[in-house]
Amino acid sequence: MTAQALETRDLAIGYRRRTKGDIRLAHGLNLILQRGKLVGLLGSNGVGKSTLLRTLAGRQKPLDGRVLLAGQDLAALSPLALARRLSIVLTLAPQPGLMNGYALVALGRHPHSDWLGRLSAEDHATVAWAIDAVGADDLADLPLAELSDGQRQKLMIARALAQDADIMLLDEPTAYLDLPRRVETMQLLRQLAQSAERALLISTHDLDLALRNCDQLWLMSDAGIMTGAPEDLALDGRLGATFDAAAITFDKRIGSFVLDPKGGPRVRLIGEGEAVLWLRRALERSGFTVCSDAADIEVAHRANGAAATWDLRVNSHASAHSTIQSVLEALDSERI
Amino acid sequence: MSQLVGEPVHTATAEGKWRKSKPATLQLSREFGGARPHVLLIMLIALGALLLLSLALGSASIPFDQIVTILLNGEADQPAWTHIVLKFRLPKTLTAMFAGMALGVSGLLMQTYFRNPLAEPFVLGVSAGASLGVALVVLTTGAAGGALLAGLGLAGDLLMTVAAGVGAAMTMLFVLLVAVRIQSSVSLLILGLMFGYLVAAMVSLLLYFALPERIQAYINWTFGSFGGVTNEQLPVLAGIVLAGLLLSAALTKALNALLLGEEYARSLGANLRRTRIGIVLATALLVSAVTAFCGPIAFIGIAVPHLCRGLLASADHRLLLPGACLAGACVALCASLIAELPGNNLVLPLNVVTALMGAPVVMLVVLRQARGQL
Repeated sequence: MTAQALETRDLAIGYRRRTKGDIRLAHGLNLILQRGKLVGLLGSNGVGKSTLLRTLAGRQKPLDGRVLLAGQDLAALSPLALARRLSIVLTLAPQPGLMNGYALVALGRHPHSDWLGRLSAEDHATVAWAIDAVGADDLADLPLAELSDGQRQKLMIARALAQDADIMLLDEPTAYLDLPRRVETMQLLRQLAQSAERALLISTHDLDLALRNCDQLWLMSDAGIMTGAPEDLALDGRLGATFDAAAITFDKRIGSFVLDPKGGPRVRLIGEGEAVLWLRRALERSGFTVCSDAADIEVAHRANGAAATWDLRVNSHASAHSTIQSVLEALDSERI
Repeated sequence: MSQLVGEPVHTATAEGKWRKSKPATLQLSREFGGARPHVLLIMLIALGALLLLSLALGSASIPFDQIVTILLNGEADQPAWTHIVLKFRLPKTLTAMFAGMALGVSGLLMQTYFRNPLAEPFVLGVSAGASLGVALVVLTTGAAGGALLAGLGLAGDLLMTVAAGVGAAMTMLFVLLVAVRIQSSVSLLILGLMFGYLVAAMVSLLLYFALPERIQAYINWTFGSFGGVTNEQLPVLAGIVLAGLLLSAALTKALNALLLGEEYARSLGANLRRTRIGIVLATALLVSAVTAFCGPIAFIGIAVPHLCRGLLASADHRLLLPGACLAGACVALCASLIAELPGNNLVLPLNVVTALMGAPVVMLVVLRQARGQL
């Protein structure tokens, strides 16, 4: 059996301080990254995701325990040997001037090239393959200054690919991208993990995208790291437990977080379908508690044809509304 | 730069307008994009021409064929001409060339390492250290003071050269010690600048209490000059500069990796500590030698890297390092020629010429480059 691409043994991460003792963010970590898998690292801000990534990348010394790359201790590897096994993508794509996309990706060949960084025919082939793999052929010959953040980040991922390392660590690479670009990047990473046989670890705050695209999730909280398939973590409530805060809860039925009912006036919602779902969101946002049993306020959806019409009854006073906004306004005036 | 011919040549895109003018023999591989490597060739030719001009022009007019005869180890029609060319013009020309190379390359190292277009060779405080050494000698020693005022070859005074060299070397040691311990390039930059202010304050204090004629001698040193290096001193300058240039060449790959920032450079296998020490050491060697022999020559160090990036249209140090060498030498020789105003006995301060002549050129290049990028 071959060794895992990356493995940690009783790893403790955090910061050493000369006085006042070390800051321990997590300890006793036994984690595994496998080739061909995309793993998502999720956790609240400040919980230590970046510290974990830096420790796994050899940027920061562990407080305790070891990181093994294909069975070899990370601490024993030279910077060059490490660069041949592990590549990184950071949140912000650098913007060096007077360089084209191809040159940026070609920098990824540094761990394999001679002292001047000259590229062999094989290097050129790898660079071209990496550019093609991320679908950036049209960007290769453009100056970086003319590219958008998302395009440059795409090239940075190609650069990491061209480095030809088994392991790729990505620290919130999509944080500054718009939603379509984030979706695109996540899907790209999932495909790359499979087609290029890489072990990918990505830290992200995009819970929804991580749930849909990652083969495995590492949920990081003050209590430690829980690992598992995203679906398992969602079903057994651990996903919810990691993120639940005062105001939001994870709703297993719809697979995303919802705002907590704030204990406002109860509203009975009668009806089914899309329109009712959206009204429910609007009511919850406005601070109402939606229920299906008897209440002082009732809203019924009349699906008579194209235009959605709402029948509102507050106590005994009834009114009809054609838009959700009008319903909310009526409720507001009743409350005062 | 090994793939000169036969590499896949990419199809024209945005850089099509540049490629038209590029000779086929200098076509580099695709990673060099719109770079103009043939500019290096032009720089080399310009350097050759400027070297000859610098030998041929001066306050005494010597026929050009006589210059060639002298250079080819022959005897000129007048023995004085041989003397002028070999004892005065040749060391001065070579000094300008080496100093220009050193300043251009060290400026490039600093700008890349600090990722700051305003960085220059003196940000590490080397010239401040040298100026303190000189100020101490000129402003406090009684005997040297009068002698220093005697001629314009002030920087040539051995005492001053030694004082400047010691001052620069002490600063270099201090900065190296800091570079070994401190990881952050920003901290290093700020420490270097603060050290510069500290030393400048000490110099000001010395100036405040000094006699006016001594102050004049010190100010003359700050103007800079290529004329004070003798044939005997030249090998020392050349040796140190060549050592610094070789060290810089060995850093080429790390410098390219640093274009992506320190974090990425490290992930590409660059040994950051070794790189940092290498960059500081190379800069210290280059700048200390120049400052000791020629005074604090401003402007060339900050301008030449911009000029090179603009002319070569590349950020790749495999082109920029030789470019900074050649362009630095050309700029220094130009400045030296203009400072002497051929056909006239007036000699302008070198630092006045470098900035007066160079600033508009660099403005032009930067503006052109910015237009292309926006």
